Amino acid sequence: MTLEARHVLEFPGGYTRTTGPVIGRFLTELRDGRVVGVRTAAGRTLVPPLEYDPDTGDAVTGDFVEVGPVGTVESWSWVHTPRRSHPLDRPFAWALIRLDGADTSLVHAVDAGDVRAMRPGLRVRPRWRAERTGHITDIESFVPEVTKIVSPVRVEYVVKPGLALTRFLKGIGEGVFVGSRCGSCHKVYVPYRLSCPECGIAVTEEVELPDTGTVTTFAINNLPDPRAPEVPFVSAYILLDGSDVPMIALVGGVPAHEVRQGMRVRAVWIPREEWTPSMENIRWFAPTGEPDVEL
Amino acid sequence: MREVAVVAFAQTRHSATDEGRCDPELILPPLEEVREKTGLRTFGFTCSGSCDYLAGAPFSFVSALDALGAWPPISESHVEMDAAWALYEAWVRLQHGDVDSALVYGFGKSSPGDLREIMTLQLDPYYLAPLGLDQVSSAALQASAAGADRAELDEIVRRSRAAGRANPYALDLPDPQGDAYEVEPLRPYDIAPITDGAAAVVLAAGDLARELCENPAWITGIAHRIEPHYLGMRDLARSTSAAEAARAAGVDKGHVDVAELHAQFSHEELILRRALELPGNTAVNPSGGPLAANPVMATGLIRIGEAARRILDGAASRTLGHASSGPCLQHNLVTVMEA
Ligand SMILES: [Zn+2]
Repeated sequence: MTLEARHVLEFPGGYTRTTGPVIGRFLTELRDGRVVGVRTAAGRTLVPPLEYDPDTGDAVTGDFVEVGPVGTVESWSWVHTPRRSHPLDRPFAWALIRLDGADTSLVHAVDAGDVRAMRPGLRVRPRWRAERTGHITDIESFVPEVTKIVSPVRVEYVVKPGLALTRFLKGIGEGVFVGSRCGSCHKVYVPYRLSCPECGIAVTEEVELPDTGTVTTFAINNLPDPRAPEVPFVSAYILLDGSDVPMIALVGGVPAHEVRQGMRVRAVWIPREEWTPSMENIRWFAPTGEPDVEL
Repeated sequence: MREVAVVAFAQTRHSATDEGRCDPELILPPLEEVREKTGLRTFGFTCSGSCDYLAGAPFSFVSALDALGAWPPISESHVEMDAAWALYEAWVRLQHGDVDSALVYGFGKSSPGDLREIMTLQLDPYYLAPLGLDQVSSAALQASAAGADRAELDEIVRRSRAAGRANPYALDLPDPQGDAYEVEPLRPYDIAPITDGAAAVVLAAGDLARELCENPAWITGIAHRIEPHYLGMRDLARSTSAAEAARAAGVDKGHVDVAELHAQFSHEELILRRALELPGNTAVNPSGGPLAANPVMATGLIRIGEAARRILDGAASRTLGHASSGPCLQHNLVTVMEA
């Protein structure tokens, strides 16, 4: 059998320590919400102040200067699981912080939320405790400076599609692609339009186009879009059979990397009972399996 | 300068858990071993290294003297640091010329307490200790400042642990694995294991050294240097004190067959190799080093002992033992030994 006992070493109330004029000055200023450094004879500013110049061992001057409070992170370590003795109870960084105007670095905690927020050169400033007593922990932690804000934008409109698009969407609501043929240049446009952009004249002849066509060019999109089924998705220019200009639509039912120029496709319609006057009637264009077309 | 040599070295079979031995019980076996190796029962000077905070009891080193037989009174001293510095004190004592032998020992059990919290107590009580900056967090700050390469660190741990498995005194630890962080960028395996253990060395001067052993490990250079305690006053990516100690100890005056480095974190080996400017063909920590067994307060002495052992065994002609103290390699001692 193993004998064991709990043994606690504790100094109730803590040690009383005198601070001396150098550390005492720093802690006094800290209580007032200021950070000061001390000058060495060589003109360097030590923060936090020491009684001696670490380079020479000589006593420092009596010259105290205010520094920071903003500083620059030089290096850091990231605590994923804080310990009881640590200053924060959530993941945080320990950092060497060069306060503006200082020639040495202060060790303190940075409350950055996420390790990805840490980087060399990060600008941080102290988060002060409301009740300060003249202690290094009067600075609860440092926090990153404000360098960006997020501004949500939302405005609402009531839009109408215009006469030509209304005619086109009405056709889609009935399962038909409606285009228009220019009386002058004879080009067929789809979606339906009221004027020919080349000739600049009104167009009145309607044509019905089939829901088959050819991919002329395409893009593989890796950013999510609420109108697309998943990532990656393919948006393509599709030249409907019998038309002269391609229209943009999704391509689906095929792995993205297999989509190619010249691929024959056909619209995949949602069930007829769900049709409305909207492009949502067409889920996407899917390959027909016919041989590719030479473009 | 008087000729002084390491003539005997012994250590415990270190353990990762408390095996129930109190300090004198831990020290006794290596003491007996060096007494037996040298045939000496009394020594001109005795010096030990340990840390009361490890045991949580004041003057705990005094009760450890029970292992010595200190009556009638002996000439004895103690350093509240790694016993490598006790060896330095003993070397200085032997330079006085009136005694010819010294017994040096160190011991530490880090299993009973929380070493990370305990080591915080060595920090300055104004700026660092009140923050609760623990040993692993400050080491991680140094690793980050040094920008150590992960593959290189993994290789150091793999090599050290494999060497440790081949060393009957070190711990049996597996190859590094897992991608969790203890404190980023340090992984749990970058950190020396919690270890209990002790070690003893006998120093002898001149002819006595030649009488006591066939291949004394002559100390041809020994020096230590220290840097400011406050981490922000130093360039943590470098160890200027280790470099200066190495220069003062004359490391560069010859080849180095074996270097035993007191690197308690994998990145410390990189910083030390650079500072000591070790030749490429030097075997670093063939014992496994602190990453394979880290009996705190004896680890540095063991580095000197392991480096000396290669000469005592006749396997090497010039070796280096390094010891470190304080946060982030603040204080470094370099010992050069030659056949
Ligand atoms: Zn036209």
